[in-house]
Amino acid sequence: MNKKYGVGSVILILFLLFASLLAGCRSGGTKATKEDVKLDVPKDNAAVYEDIKKAEKIFNALPSPLESAMLIKSAGARFDEALLNPIGNVNNYVTSKKMALNLGIYTCDLSFASLYEQTQLIIDYMNAAKKMADGLGILKAIDQSTIDKLEENINNSEFIMETVSETFMNSNSYLEDNGQPAVAAIVLVGGWFEGLYISTQLIDMKDFNGNKLVGRIIDQKLSIDILINLLESSKGNPAVDEIIVQVNKLKIVFDKIKLTTSPVRPEFDKTSNTTMLKSEVKTDMTPEVFKELATVVAEIRNSFVK
Amino acid sequence: MRILRIIPILVLFLLGTTINADAQCKAFAKKVCLPELGAYTHDGNYHAAILVEGEEAELYKTFYSDMEYRVAICGEDKLPSVEFKVLDSNKNVLYSNKDKDGKYSKTWDFKLQSSQQLKLVVKVTSFNQSGDTPASGCVAIMFGFKVKK
Repeated sequence: MNKKYGVGSVILILFLLFASLLAGCRSGGTKATKEDVKLDVPKDNAAVYEDIKKAEKIFNALPSPLESAMLIKSAGARFDEALLNPIGNVNNYVTSKKMALNLGIYTCDLSFASLYEQTQLIIDYMNAAKKMADGLGILKAIDQSTIDKLEENINNSEFIMETVSETFMNSNSYLEDNGQPAVAAIVLVGGWFEGLYISTQLIDMKDFNGNKLVGRIIDQKLSIDILINLLESSKGNPAVDEIIVQVNKLKIVFDKIKLTTSPVRPEFDKTSNTTMLKSEVKTDMTPEVFKELATVVAEIRNSFVK
Repeated sequence: MRILRIIPILVLFLLGTTINADAQCKAFAKKVCLPELGAYTHDGNYHAAILVEGEEAELYKTFYSDMEYRVAICGEDKLPSVEFKVLDSNKNVLYSNKDKDGKYSKTWDFKLQSSQQLKLVVKVTSFNQSGDTPASGCVAIMFGFKVKK
């Protein structure tokens, strides 16, 4: 083997290794838990199909900021501007972690303002979310024309909701598609914490028993493992590792709440073409556990917006 | 060292191909799957991936008793039908999109008496043509909601 040929071969092998690594890294918004799937396969090979069957992608879906805000409103809660992250804080966020967390937080605040038709706040919070998205290099997630159209349709609640939903999808799809699942996860975590923070702050202890919003807060126990799994899929990223430590503190409090559900019975309604999933749930959260939960949530959320 | 000149071109080609595939997936999700949500408000989350014939994906999500939901699961035309099942936390199948005639529905509307964490198992079926390279394409999972009446 001559020397030139040897070096060429080594470079080619290195390139192929790099190429396969690159392809492996670009798995989109999913965690490739087993092996990556190769498309160029020998023909007539049952084993190949068997391998494909083993391949698996897992999505851990947290409630979006829009859904979180909708849950708060549907529980009959009031709007309180003082609970939102002030837009004056936008210039404090210079790291990717802080910008990602606050993109989620500002999007949740924006959703909250939208649902309560706070017209000026809608524009202000869309601008704050834009600043975070721009800082993260998310191209065209929220452009000036989006804000202009929002101003033109500021009294059209349906248009506003669609815009909030679309801009959030633009952001998280950009991050997922550009090999930044950790940043995408942090955005979702920020939005989820903001929803939980606003909910816990809106509870008046005099009105604790039978409060619908307390029920929605207990429901978040169902998402804590999803949240941890979402973060665990980017474990090793220093920003994610820091958040995992904080979330584990919250999980300790959620573990104090009992939540038992009877078996789910699906019942199909032909008239509405909708299935009702029937089940009874038993929960218990004492005021003391709630106060502890609210304190931990506020502690973590305030560290995010600092 | 001609090979050294070729490598950057190959890297750019590879990057371009993968980014283009992902961008196509997003465009597919927005243009094809989003309209399937109809009158439901899209939650804004994005769940899409390139899947291969026979491949499965799982999704975990909490659904709330205050809401009515529509889930839309769409696969590109070049893929065979996409099957999906919804399971509760005890792994009981609550819904399958495959009807008695073997047809697969793209959407499912549901509401809950109490909030639940559910698991969606999505599987790209197979064309059953042994010997062919398995088809691959984008599969998108989207959720819409509205407040329960």
